[in-house]
Amino acid sequence: MADSTYGAVPASATPLAAPRPRHAAIVRLTHWITTLAFLALLLSGIEILISHPRFYWGEAGNVLSPPLFKLPIPASRATVPTGYGYVLPDQNGWSRYLHFQSAWVAVLTGLLYLVFGILSGHFRRNLLPARLSLREISAVITSHLRRRSTAAEDAGSYNVLQRLTYLLVIFVLFPLVIWTGLAMSPAIASAFPPAVTVWGGQQSARTLHFFISIALVVFLLVHLVMVWRSGLRARVRAMITGRPPTPEERT
Amino acid sequence: MSKLSRRQLITAGLATTAGASGLAVAAALARRYGLIPPDAGGLYGPGETLTYAAQRLLTRHSLAREFSAGQISKPPFANEVSPLGDDFKRLQQGSFAAWRLAVDGMVARPAAFSVDELKSFPRRTQITHLACEEGWSYIAEWTGVPLSHILDVVGTLPQARYVVYRSFQPDWWESIDMADALHPQTLVAHSMNGGSLPVPFGGPLRLRVPRQLAYKSLKYITRLTVTDSLKHFGKGLGSSEPETGYAWYAGI
Repeated sequence: MADSTYGAVPASATPLAAPRPRHAAIVRLTHWITTLAFLALLLSGIEILISHPRFYWGEAGNVLSPPLFKLPIPASRATVPTGYGYVLPDQNGWSRYLHFQSAWVAVLTGLLYLVFGILSGHFRRNLLPARLSLREISAVITSHLRRRSTAAEDAGSYNVLQRLTYLLVIFVLFPLVIWTGLAMSPAIASAFPPAVTVWGGQQSARTLHFFISIALVVFLLVHLVMVWRSGLRARVRAMITGRPPTPEERT
Repeated sequence: MSKLSRRQLITAGLATTAGASGLAVAAALARRYGLIPPDAGGLYGPGETLTYAAQRLLTRHSLAREFSAGQISKPPFANEVSPLGDDFKRLQQGSFAAWRLAVDGMVARPAAFSVDELKSFPRRTQITHLACEEGWSYIAEWTGVPLSHILDVVGTLPQARYVVYRSFQPDWWESIDMADALHPQTLVAHSMNGGSLPVPFGGPLRLRVPRQLAYKSLKYITRLTVTDSLKHFGKGLGSSEPETGYAWYAGI
């Protein structure tokens, strides 16, 4: 599997042979399933959040305790003092069902991607930076500022900054958002108390879950801008069919 | 796209067969061991089933965290409840002397207990976290009779699988499986923070299920029914919550 989809194109390859796909089939599949699951998690997460747009630190917190901070938005429950004279419609029921179902989809898809990434060498080859030098990082930043493509992009690969960002999202932000989500579960907390206490309590875990979600949304926005800037059609096509962008399509 | 070779076809066929039979075996095992929640049908059934099954396997005997007296929330917050009506007010004026908790269904000796009787039973006191699905929470000290003791007194029949419990408010009813019903921290709570359970917090009697979200800790309970099936209660989804769109299992 790994060799047929990811092996180097042999030197003797004729122009008739299918070119090596820009992204392996499993990467393309898991990318789009994760996209759908993430959007469902985001939508349902916002809906759950507006039932109590206040955040606390520690184990417990409610409208009678001082918040760490509160969002200046109306709420879907009348018991929350927001300063707004109205209450938003409450849609928590299906939002919670959707949130947890999408979380399962994201976790199982993530596991498939993880196993593939390790076995196929995808992480080693495509995401692990060959070497970490500040000079290389600043070169990438400079070329971004000058709106030029980097050498790595021209070679159909990822530059060092992209590699670091993807590693951060895959191995830090996603595991943390899952962990802080699970830490809010009273059943999980009973079976694995340290999963909660390392964060300082269940309300701390909820607050961190919010901030990590914000970080993931920031990644999504930057990711979309980068895809847009580097040729939306060709990049999206590469992630759907695997066909690499032609040199003219790279800007 | 490369053409499928015969070997790839055979491999894919075998994998699909193995996957399908694996799923069938998993489903049969899940039913056998009670890992399918009553609201498993419908769009969100797969996610609910995965959550319930995974948490039943991981948390069957785990104890909810208990806290120190210094961590009790001052003051705790009581969520709003719909008006309780004149019948409730009359019972309240009589200091709930006429309040009864009926226990029926698959039990050898159906009974009805007064609040004072329940207060004379063996008691357990625990300081636990109560978390609302909205996101807020508080910590309080709860004292009550372990539900498992009440089930012992009435003699639960061996085929029992769920305990259905009803609130004085007719629209509210809930159920838990035997893992939670027999769990040592599941209490028929009659006291909170050292005094009788205040009405806004569910007094005179509230079922405390500390390993699930607060909506499973039903206020003003009047009746427990032991059963082997939830099919004939309401719409057969296990409690009033799935009928209004919320999950039956709230261990999340």
